[in-house]
Amino acid sequence: MTEPLLTVQNLEAWYGESKALHGMDFTVQPGELVTLIGRNGAGKSTTLRSIMGIVGKRTGSIRFDGQELIGKRTYQIARTGIAYCPEERAIFASLNVAENLTLPPVLKAGGIADSELLRQFPNLQRRLKSQGTKLSGGEQQMLAIARILRTGARFLLLDEPSEGLAPVVVKEIGEQIKRLKAQGFTILLVEQNLSFARKVADRHVVVENGKVVDTLTNSALEADMARVKTYLGV
Amino acid sequence: MFDHISMQLLLGQLLIGLINGSFYAMLSLGLAIIFGLIHVVNFAHGAQYMLGAFVALLLLNHLGIPYWGALFIAPVVVGAFGLLMEQTILKPLRHLDHLYSLLATFAAVLIIEGLMRLEFGSTGLPYASPLPGGVNLGFMFLPYYRGWVVVFSLAVCIATWLLIEKTKLGAYLRAANERPEIVESFGINVPRMMSLTYAFGVGLAGLGGVLAAPIYQVSPSMGSNLMIVIFAVVVIGGMGSILGAILTGYLIGIVEGLTKVFYPEASNLAIFVIMIVALILRPNGLFSSPESSR
Repeated sequence: MTEPLLTVQNLEAWYGESKALHGMDFTVQPGELVTLIGRNGAGKSTTLRSIMGIVGKRTGSIRFDGQELIGKRTYQIARTGIAYCPEERAIFASLNVAENLTLPPVLKAGGIADSELLRQFPNLQRRLKSQGTKLSGGEQQMLAIARILRTGARFLLLDEPSEGLAPVVVKEIGEQIKRLKAQGFTILLVEQNLSFARKVADRHVVVENGKVVDTLTNSALEADMARVKTYLGV
Repeated sequence: MFDHISMQLLLGQLLIGLINGSFYAMLSLGLAIIFGLIHVVNFAHGAQYMLGAFVALLLLNHLGIPYWGALFIAPVVVGAFGLLMEQTILKPLRHLDHLYSLLATFAAVLIIEGLMRLEFGSTGLPYASPLPGGVNLGFMFLPYYRGWVVVFSLAVCIATWLLIEKTKLGAYLRAANERPEIVESFGINVPRMMSLTYAFGVGLAGLGGVLAAPIYQVSPSMGSNLMIVIFAVVVIGGMGSILGAILTGYLIGIVEGLTKVFYPEASNLAIFVIMIVALILRPNGLFSSPESSR
């Protein structure tokens, strides 16, 4: 078995005085697409934010590509080759689509060229001069994903890319994510939408109360949906 | 009512208003950059402007460096002082309410002005004009130096606006103003960018001080006298609005000049009447937009 690209061990994180993660343990292999699934407030988004260093305080260990990320600043973590797409998309209102798209700098070789990004996300091509926040929810999501692909990062943290989108747009986002996986990106995806998650993922990590309570391959998830639904409370 | 007003007086005051407006615009521009991009209400801006004038004076008196050299050196020296202030006083307060940085910069004003008064006294010190002479415009005599101030400050304001609105660096700054943690997650060293932004805004104040030295007397209180007007300009333009600060700076200078023609007793009040009316009609300022702080 190959060395994991990401190894999270006993990760604890706080927002101010409030403890949000209580000892997360999981790994992600190179080229794998892993989802973090669980109820609202379980700690899925906090896990991504902790990997990126966007929480008040974190302890434990996050090893990525042989480097320890605990103790590094957010911009230093990004420079190791990790890119983060937040749940609320964070499209900048004061920038147009072109400025939003080209805002992240190229940090490493291997990033996708802007022309190729526009080919992969053709909706953006037509809206380059529009204000970023004037795009539809789906277009904003495409923009949020597209812009992080130019940095050269090969490990993507995607936080609920399907949230609040129409089914047809969710399907399109799913296709894009599958395409990224096929291009060799390693992806850690937070997802509440189980039907979306099972279409794109290799493995699912179930999070409850800030801890990992189960890990299932996609085929195990298909075989034991009843158990999974108890985790998700549906 | 206005039959006693001559065209000569009117045009003369308009020009004086434009000259004063140049200082208002440049100082409020620095203040707006600092507030708009790093959310610090920089009460020390007037003191930093005063430091710019003193650096120019000291460069001339002690090192023999003339005005044209001071125009480049003083903003760098004052900007470096701003960076030191940011690192020691403001950085530890970055994650607290804006009120803390406001109070810290206010305390800095008291300390800086107090120390300068101890060293240089309260009396204004003269700084010889680097461009003596002037030109008769028909309606008034325009000293060359004052013409230079208008042209140079306008160029600085336009260049700064272009830097923030039209360059990649400006895009980073505007985005970091909205969501600093996301910009940092792109691999950009946002804390350093914020420190340098503060230093740049302070450097602009220092540059304003150098420009002011040959016109006003160089004294420790020269910044405090101006600060109330500058804050009013930034509030009228829209807190953090770069374009608003520039346009309102010139507008207020001109309105002040015109008030001196029509009703001189109200010339100091006019700015604050405009501020009250502007706040009632557009509470976020004349040039603010809901989507951005531009």
